[in-house]
Amino acid sequence: MVQEPAIELEDVSISLGGRPILRDMHVTIEKGEFVVVLGPNGAGKSTLLKMLLGLLRPNTGTIHVLGRTPRRGNPSIGYAPQHRVLESDVALRARDLVGFGLDGNRWGTGWPGRKRDALIDQALDEVQATSFADAPIGQLSGGEQQRLLIAQALLTNPQLLLLDEPLSNLDIARQQDIVELVNQVCRSRNVAVLLVAHDINPLMPVVDRVLYLANGHSAIGTPAEVITSATLTKLYGTPVEVVRAMDRIFVVGAEV
Amino acid sequence: MWNIFDLLQYQFMQNAFIAGSIVAIIAAAIGYFVILRGLTFAGHSLGYIGFAGAAGAVLLGIDPVFGLLAFTIGAAIGIGIAGKEVRERDIAIGIITMLGLGLGVLFLALYTGYAEQAYSILFGTIVGISRTDVLVTALASIVVGGILLFIFRPLLFSSLDEEMAEARGVPVRLLSILFLVLVAMVVSISVQIIGVLLIFTLLIGPAATASRLTHRPARAIWLAVILGLFYTWLGIFIAANNNWPVSFCIATLSFGVYLPVRLLSPYWSKRRRVVTNAGSLLKADQQMPVEEAEKV
Repeated sequence: MVQEPAIELEDVSISLGGRPILRDMHVTIEKGEFVVVLGPNGAGKSTLLKMLLGLLRPNTGTIHVLGRTPRRGNPSIGYAPQHRVLESDVALRARDLVGFGLDGNRWGTGWPGRKRDALIDQALDEVQATSFADAPIGQLSGGEQQRLLIAQALLTNPQLLLLDEPLSNLDIARQQDIVELVNQVCRSRNVAVLLVAHDINPLMPVVDRVLYLANGHSAIGTPAEVITSATLTKLYGTPVEVVRAMDRIFVVGAEV
Repeated sequence: MWNIFDLLQYQFMQNAFIAGSIVAIIAAAIGYFVILRGLTFAGHSLGYIGFAGAAGAVLLGIDPVFGLLAFTIGAAIGIGIAGKEVRERDIAIGIITMLGLGLGVLFLALYTGYAEQAYSILFGTIVGISRTDVLVTALASIVVGGILLFIFRPLLFSSLDEEMAEARGVPVRLLSILFLVLVAMVVSISVQIIGVLLIFTLLIGPAATASRLTHRPARAIWLAVILGLFYTWLGIFIAANNNWPVSFCIATLSFGVYLPVRLLSPYWSKRRRVVTNAGSLLKADQQMPVEEAEKV
């Protein structure tokens, strides 16, 4: 049996408010693949995720997610939105947030049950969040809140995980923790991961391919193929220099 | 001194206790969500808008509660449609409230029994509540309570993060308008008890205190309901014995409990905070971005 890809975009173009965001995009992402989405602000990274979630429709072209047209409420997709700092007096616990991933979309009050608790505990355990499971979410650190968002996204046993900038606002040590966690989830569950980031360096040890968006265009391939002076110069349409120093990659001459 | 049983011999006191209790329960429950969704300003403004509706109803010679319902529900739908972003929404609320208060003043000026009616709309007339008012209050509360139970989980989910909820198929826009309509209904029935100006005493007071005492949603709502009932009953009782306004007594109790809880809660929630193995107690916004220059 030939496996259908996790994501398939053909000739996809989208404009928002009259401004073209993405043009003639062609991308295929296989199941279990770890893909990092890079690009400057406004290049369409979040727009891409929203199209996959069925929240936005492309103007032209076709999108298939796990073999089907995107639709809202697809339990095969786990999604953690761009993180915002939660107010410290929000009366919700860590496990309440994770529980939304299980049944937050269902009507009624729901009843607490052992089976529900067990599923939530399991997800908390998978992201190493058991120690603060009953703490109010507003009092948790950025890294801890990010773990909860990932746990929440895993509760429906998705085949595709969409993470919008999970590393922003974290220090380097916390970034590495999250990268390690996402990689473990990706490999052990064979889940395709699309992770939006601004910096490839913390992700270099784990990433399979990079999807680079800029100027309405896109390029996909291994970091060695995509993050080069030639590819990025073509993508941005202005001279861009990629510098490798001390095992790290820097892009010079363009906003990332 | 009057005891509760003496007071309850009078029909107007029975009405006051029944309507007060119903309002205390439903306002406290919905107040939890009002706080969670950052809609306290909207709640307060709906009271003002209701003022115009009540004054208009008085002018037309109908029960003020119907004017309250008509104006607040209309405004709630307007606010819900106009504003998606918080800033945008608050401006829309301000503009609609301005029109509401303007109309209220006009209606009162046109009505001859000016001062007394204005006073009772602004500060509530719990002892002037009729059987019809009790019936309307009960019916509205059953409707609001039923809808609130039905939308409980998606409402809580979308209050935390609209985008995440929307991705999971929650109709967030519809929920946000529906919720404002529920708040409008609760504000309308609360105005009779506590008045336009003191709407926060039952809507925000109990829920704010409860949210400080517990972080479990269901527990916070139950606690808010208990506090609301306690303030209302004790408030009526104290007022009846001292000839003080009921609104004053309820407001003072609501404030008197909130204040020490607000001052002391940071201490006990800090104690409960678990230090994780990472050891960082910093919030995301306080963490220094390390090696800022290193971007892909």
